[in-house]
Amino acid sequence: MTSLTGSLPLAELAARRDRIMLPAWIYVLAVLMVSTGYSFKKLYKTPQSREAVYSGIVHDPTVLALGGPLYGSSVGALTVYKYGAISALAAGLMSIFIVIRHTRADEESGRLELIGSTAVGRRAPLAVGVLLGAAANCVLALLMGAGLAAIGLPAGGAFAIGLAVGTCGLVFVGVAAVTAQLSASARGARAIAICVLAASYLVMSAGAAAGSHGGTRWLLWASPIGWATQVQAFAGDRWAVLVLPVACAVVVTVIAALLAARHDLGTGLLPDRPGPATASAWLRSPLAIVWRQQRAGLAGWAVGALVAGAAFGSIAGNIGSLLGSGTGLRSAVARLGGQSGLTDAYLAATMGIMGLVAAGYAISVVLRLRSDETAGRADPVLAAAVGRVRWAAGSLTVAAAGAAVVLAATGLGAGISYGLRGGDTGTQLPRLLGAALAQWPAVLAVTAVAVAVFGLLPGSSVAVGWTALGAAAVVTLLGPTLRLAQWIQDISPFTHVPKLPGGTVSAAALAWLCVAALALGAAGLAGLRRRDIG
Amino acid sequence: MTEAIAVSALRKSYGKTVALDGLDLSVAEGEVHGFLGPNGAGKTTTIRVLLGLLHADGGTARLLGGDPWDDATALHRRLAYVPGDVTLWPNLTGGEVIDLLGRLRGGMDAKRRASLLERFDLDPTKKARAYSKGNRQKVALIAALASDVELLILDEPTSGLDPLMEATFRECIEEEAGGGRTVLLSSHILSEVEALCERVTIIRAGRTVESGTLAEMRHLTRTSIAADLARKPADLGALPGVHDLDVQDFTRSGAGGLGARVRCEVDSDKLDEVLRRLADAGVLSLVSQPPTLEELFLRHYAAGGLAVEGAPV
Repeated sequence: MTSLTGSLPLAELAARRDRIMLPAWIYVLAVLMVSTGYSFKKLYKTPQSREAVYSGIVHDPTVLALGGPLYGSSVGALTVYKYGAISALAAGLMSIFIVIRHTRADEESGRLELIGSTAVGRRAPLAVGVLLGAAANCVLALLMGAGLAAIGLPAGGAFAIGLAVGTCGLVFVGVAAVTAQLSASARGARAIAICVLAASYLVMSAGAAAGSHGGTRWLLWASPIGWATQVQAFAGDRWAVLVLPVACAVVVTVIAALLAARHDLGTGLLPDRPGPATASAWLRSPLAIVWRQQRAGLAGWAVGALVAGAAFGSIAGNIGSLLGSGTGLRSAVARLGGQSGLTDAYLAATMGIMGLVAAGYAISVVLRLRSDETAGRADPVLAAAVGRVRWAAGSLTVAAAGAAVVLAATGLGAGISYGLRGGDTGTQLPRLLGAALAQWPAVLAVTAVAVAVFGLLPGSSVAVGWTALGAAAVVTLLGPTLRLAQWIQDISPFTHVPKLPGGTVSAAALAWLCVAALALGAAGLAGLRRRDIG
Repeated sequence: MTEAIAVSALRKSYGKTVALDGLDLSVAEGEVHGFLGPNGAGKTTTIRVLLGLLHADGGTARLLGGDPWDDATALHRRLAYVPGDVTLWPNLTGGEVIDLLGRLRGGMDAKRRASLLERFDLDPTKKARAYSKGNRQKVALIAALASDVELLILDEPTSGLDPLMEATFRECIEEEAGGGRTVLLSSHILSEVEALCERVTIIRAGRTVESGTLAEMRHLTRTSIAADLARKPADLGALPGVHDLDVQDFTRSGAGGLGARVRCEVDSDKLDEVLRRLADAGVLSLVSQPPTLEELFLRHYAAGGLAVEGAPV
């Protein structure tokens, strides 16, 4: 029996387990790129309009830092600027999730122990994770290339960016394979790999911000995501650059295979650090338990929101030239929620999006109550002198306050970066902070749907909770563009949020959202008090 | 007798599945009570009703003089619970979980905590995700045993513990009982129940099939007898209450004065007459074994093993 025996049936099982998630990842990534190319093609018909967009971007370091370098004014080059680096980032994220899911996560849950006792080689699970990740990236590369070629862009450039994104994904297949050997927990392995991914993006950003002749431009060669931009798809198609990510992926994967031969099942190469032998004085309530579980995650969400807010804020000042004369996109942004002034419209639309993100955070915290209940972690707490409402209130507090933190971070980032550009941070910071926090009642209302279902129909709380968010997102993001009937748009709490900055504030609307949130939350808690646990 | 737990005619069903079908359970204050039954008999469901986690469909349940559903929080200050399958927060250390559960219950004895950690040989600095099943069980046990409570509800608490730790567990429970605490011990390990419990309730398919002291239960069942006799005894088979009689006749071979060897099972309340007949035949040696709990258990669990149901206790 070799160390790879049994890989094939295992791979079959893995592919079956991922039969929905994996195609969804690939589909969304490919469609995002192709639909952007398609809309750019419709939007920027004349060379002049494209030239205007091009010159608006290439001289602005902050905008270059966000999307990566821009190598020409063709529709293809603009599309690659818009989604090339981001697709490479997303392909990396997809690879990390796939590989960790089939290696360390299975090992942690004990499933691999069962598999390891059968006629399966020591390295087979790793091989399966790597194989599946590599296959996903190959399919993504081909689909993206074929899609871009199908909408009439040059085939060479289309497949160049497809392969640039796919090979960047391959590098992170290898990176995740290594981190899966390092950490004993899937969470830890995922976190280390995502840190490497984020660092790659930041290094690429620093390189791109230098423009075409800056001193830090060499940094583009120091990051896998930078390599994807250096292929310069639709602007020369430098195929030879693809050798870099492929070689890197091979080397990293070999390192992972060598490490895999050395580690025992269930342990990581990095030691699991011992923790405190006694609990600190504050760890004495359900709220403290949730805070202890969530604080690292919330910090991550807040930093992400801060960065996203800063990015949106820095783009906002330049939004006019970014959109060029493409009036279609202008009116689309205005329809998304704007009322006066394109910049304010853009900022208000992004605040709406970040409101949905904050609601996603809050719902995930609320649904942890359900997973704690089914996993049996609720029992020891409820069997102690803790009432059900007090138990749930811990999570609800963290969900509500955490959502406020995420929104405040968004407003802070946007206010500072937008203010710095215009030199009026003093005005913009409170203005955008207020705009972000105005989303809070709507966030609470959507989250309260999850609370109500958790109390009244616990079995379907996960499905209904996320469906509520999805429905709100579809109505909010697409409703105005699709011109949905007003009563449908009114269903989403986000429709009732004042369009800030720029719009008028309706205190009544915000008050009604709060009332709805309280009523749904109270109904959920009342249901929880009456129902069986487990 | 003051009752710590009084359950009568308790019913609970999940849809069409009947989990509890008129279950009775009575635990006196200060006793260690064994709660036995095959998988799926309703032990955990009963405990979850007692903890106020499930709402019973019918019947009554009283816990420490209160209502387990309405007075849950107040009652939980006075009890500690160890589930059969302990799930912990993966990023908390064992020591943190022990302190946390103790505080949530409203108090813990720091000295006892330290001595229990030592006795159960648990490293409190490890993260819960790194613990084996047995070690997770120890965390929950230490948290329960170190709490200042009147009642311990233990649902198969030793599953996953090695024999050495099982022995430590027994010692601890004996100390608890000595200190006057009430213990409800649901278990599959019969030797454990036999060693620790004064009274036992056996349930099957959501109903109580037998309840009482081990002595009372043994009284209802058979004692096995093996005797070497000088002569062949007179007509044992005709006596009521004698089963599986096997008499080997040695009177013709006459080896060393041994006349007959008798083995049989005797209903415990019919022992008197059987022993008289054996004595009349000249007893050379006699071994009598009381029924083990295991035999009791098997009789009740085996299909059709409800023979003693309804018999006076």
